[in-house]
Amino acid sequence: MNLALTILIDGVIYASWLFIVALGLTLVFGVLRILNFAHGGLYALGAYSAAVTVGWFTGHGLDGWFTILAMFIAALAVAVIVTPIIERGLLRFFYGRDEVLILLVTYAVFLMLEDITKLIFGVDPYYVFEPRTLLGNVEIGSLFYVGYDLALIGTAIVCGLAVWLGLRRTRIGKVTLAVIAEPEVAATMGVNVSRIHLLAFGLGVFLAALGGALTAPLISVQPGISVSVVIVSFAVVIIGGLGSIPGAAIGALIVGIARSFAVYKVPEAEIFIIYLVMVVVLIFRPEGLFKPIQARRI
Amino acid sequence: MNNTLKVVVIGAIAALALMALGFAMPRWLLFTATKAVAFGIVALGIVTLMRGGLVSFGQGMYYCVGAYASGQLAARYGVTDAFILLIVGGLGSGLIAAVVAPLVARYRGIFFAMLTMALSMVLYGVLAKINAIGGSDGFNLPKPTFAGFAPQDGASDIALYAVAVATASLCAVLCRLYYDSRPGLIALASRENELRVEYLGASVFAVTARNFIIAGVLAGLGGTINAMALGHVDPFFSYWTTSGEFVFIAILGGYASAIAVFGAALITELVRSFSGSYFPDSWQLLLGIFLLAVIVFLPLGFGSLWARRRVTPPPADEEIRS
Repeated sequence: MNLALTILIDGVIYASWLFIVALGLTLVFGVLRILNFAHGGLYALGAYSAAVTVGWFTGHGLDGWFTILAMFIAALAVAVIVTPIIERGLLRFFYGRDEVLILLVTYAVFLMLEDITKLIFGVDPYYVFEPRTLLGNVEIGSLFYVGYDLALIGTAIVCGLAVWLGLRRTRIGKVTLAVIAEPEVAATMGVNVSRIHLLAFGLGVFLAALGGALTAPLISVQPGISVSVVIVSFAVVIIGGLGSIPGAAIGALIVGIARSFAVYKVPEAEIFIIYLVMVVVLIFRPEGLFKPIQARRI
Repeated sequence: MNNTLKVVVIGAIAALALMALGFAMPRWLLFTATKAVAFGIVALGIVTLMRGGLVSFGQGMYYCVGAYASGQLAARYGVTDAFILLIVGGLGSGLIAAVVAPLVARYRGIFFAMLTMALSMVLYGVLAKINAIGGSDGFNLPKPTFAGFAPQDGASDIALYAVAVATASLCAVLCRLYYDSRPGLIALASRENELRVEYLGASVFAVTARNFIIAGVLAGLGGTINAMALGHVDPFFSYWTTSGEFVFIAILGGYASAIAVFGAALITELVRSFSGSYFPDSWQLLLGIFLLAVIVFLPLGFGSLWARRRVTPPPADEEIRS
């Protein structure tokens, strides 16, 4: 019983982190039809920026809750700086082209970001532990959890609900849904489709960077962190169904719990359980769990 | 028939010329060239799939299967003959591809890419945990022999290079003949429009499965050559970044030509080995810029420079969607 609870809590914590990253990925795919390989690179940029920003804040005597603020500022800065360069400067020239071709374009961006990150931040690891100590420890059952990790669950729920309600309840969200359904008709109705694309991509970048920023206190921030995250978040959105927000949530939970189950029960399977789940889901649901059937090209 | 003869003659001349060039190469270049030829063979498999409109992000799996099958035969049972190892590697990976083919042949686009990648990552994870074959460290292979000969040092490198070039030429010739044959042209047609191909009575499923098995055999051959060249095999052969490299080379070469991938592989390997020593922190940046430039300026790859007559790009916006 205790073990089941442990597996569940660990799995949900991991899933929350995954969901924040995958939410951006699925949003960008939903609006722009881009499966963004560079998402992992943006995640790494977020982690580095957060490490530097938190360091700068504490260096100026702004510690405690300011470090949390610093992480959000870092993610926002990455989004504001990087979005126009990648979306306006590159990706918009490929809209409407084959999805796999765009995947390769973003793969090129991913390769470039890997080295650009190294050129900006160097190859030495960064450590930021301050934010993680902030919330203390919480006892659940007989086990202690770091409060920061549990707060990730809340953050993920807030992010998911904000995007979900934002799309359905606000004017700009409804306009975005119109652009997803029929970009050309939306444009003839006077919607500035380019602006929607820019905003959606920007939100995707922000979520990737936020995922990285929130992870920074948990790991040593060093080259190579982007490689592992990109494929795992791909697995999440593919399992859930590309472009679906509930799908990303369910996908993240499945992957998170499957992984923590493997960690405790079959440690040999830890590195490939995620891909195994992905294969099994794709075999039975070729387009993921939350995907309507689409007509073939004639 | 005329075309067949032409392709075979061109292939033979190219193979002999490249082998002769091998004697003039310094040793480091010989090693790089052997590796590039092996990568080219794997990428040729992706090119074959691309002609049917699919890109596999998991060819590392078959590359790895070929390398492990032949590598185990060499390391465990002492079979070091390069030709036997190539046959075993190619057949082994072809067999696995034949098992997987009916499963993946229903998938298209991103889902095909992701499913093949997921499968290769499962293999990576499994191999990394089997300690009997070295776990995540992999294992070493003895030096290959060639039909009874066991050349020393430099001569061995040249012999392996010659075998790689001969294998690659054979593969390129057979692929060219396949591309120009009826089933090969059906694959090209299904790239443009699957449903119409099916209405005309051909099976896109069969075409895709066949291409996938061919790509599997090619990847196994490439994996075997690289296992012999490196003298070492590890689960990273099946990691997704390895597969990404093959896709990279295939995109650079393009699907118009069966020869261009080898040029693309050599350029990629040279860029990597030079920038690896001169700009260790920016070779991925260079590769990324390179890939973007090719996608933008040569969307059909290097091959389209001389094979323009064979393949004309489809007009961008004339797709009809139901």
